[in-house]
Amino acid sequence: MKKNLKLFGAFFRIGLFLFGGGYSMLPLLRREVVDKNGWATQEEILDYFVIGQCTPGIIAVNTATFVGHKKNGVPGAVSATLGIIFPSLVIITIIAALFENFARFDAVRHAFVGIRAATGALITAAVIRLIKSGVRSVRALLLCLASFAAVAVFGGSPVVVVIAAALIGVVFGFRRRGE
Amino acid sequence: MTCLKTLLTLFYEFFLTGALATGGGLATLPFLARMSSRHPEWFTTSELTNMIAVSESTPGPLGINMSTYVGFKVAGIPGSLVCAFALVLPSVVVIIIISRFLVKYKNNRHIQNAFGTLRPAVTGLIAAAGWLVVKESLLLRAPSGIASLVGSFDIGAVIIFAAIVALTQIKRLEKLHPVVLIAAAAVAGVVFKL
Repeated sequence: MKKNLKLFGAFFRIGLFLFGGGYSMLPLLRREVVDKNGWATQEEILDYFVIGQCTPGIIAVNTATFVGHKKNGVPGAVSATLGIIFPSLVIITIIAALFENFARFDAVRHAFVGIRAATGALITAAVIRLIKSGVRSVRALLLCLASFAAVAVFGGSPVVVVIAAALIGVVFGFRRRGE
Repeated sequence: MTCLKTLLTLFYEFFLTGALATGGGLATLPFLARMSSRHPEWFTTSELTNMIAVSESTPGPLGINMSTYVGFKVAGIPGSLVCAFALVLPSVVVIIIISRFLVKYKNNRHIQNAFGTLRPAVTGLIAAAGWLVVKESLLLRAPSGIASLVGSFDIGAVIIFAAIVALTQIKRLEKLHPVVLIAAAAVAGVVFKL
């Protein structure tokens, strides 16, 4: 029980100081998990992080589940996961409740025209980064364009695209190795 | 009194998102965009864009923040709890299973192959969802004044958009926190009465 509480506390703090997710989590993880508690080594953290990145779900949450499970089995996994989502639940619920009241003011509406443009720009920047790091072959580019078109042009479902892409990978991999 | 059916639908949608969104918080975005077209009464694209902005500016994993927000918007506090838990449930189960076969899993050829195609496809999906957000944030619903001269674009928003995309491409500003840019855009919006 004490172990679970400590896991919950450590990941609660990570959730509280984490902005945007992704790589901003690494320094926080290092401090709480490696330096303060010695639950895992630096290398293990990176392993968890990489696997958290390519398994379904939110990277930060996946990494929390991993560390928790390593430390204290299933109860540990659940404690760490609850810890990292708890700050979000509280903060977002409060903001969402207030936002509906603030949205009536003119200044807030003006601000959100700017904020929405910024959000679009940040997503565009993220996509540019993803293309630079992950789309490096003609095959990858075609896949990327096809999944974009499937959703943006033909109104397809991302559910179908994700499943189809994984299947194509497995089948294509087979053929290439068989040649 | 929240309708149980709504909560069950939320649970189903977010469980599906959690099971399929691979590659971080932004990967949940295409699924949220799909939700707003499947359940128009839940939230509009414009509201989704606001929710993304708030989620980027508050602490916590982006995907959890967006899901909590959507849940609250649709069904209050029960909704936000249902969405957050439904989103993490599949990955908790998957990770608990995987951590027992850690080494074997990492080197599995089929899984490596699946991820080889998943990564570019997910990039395309995020681009499609991003396109939706960009369209929503840059187009005016009713062209007026100077905006009618150049069609239906909101010039102020286009300038902010272009400036921020340009800023993010500068190497030295890579570590700049998104919240700084969002705050600057909010100030510009108020000052220029966008």
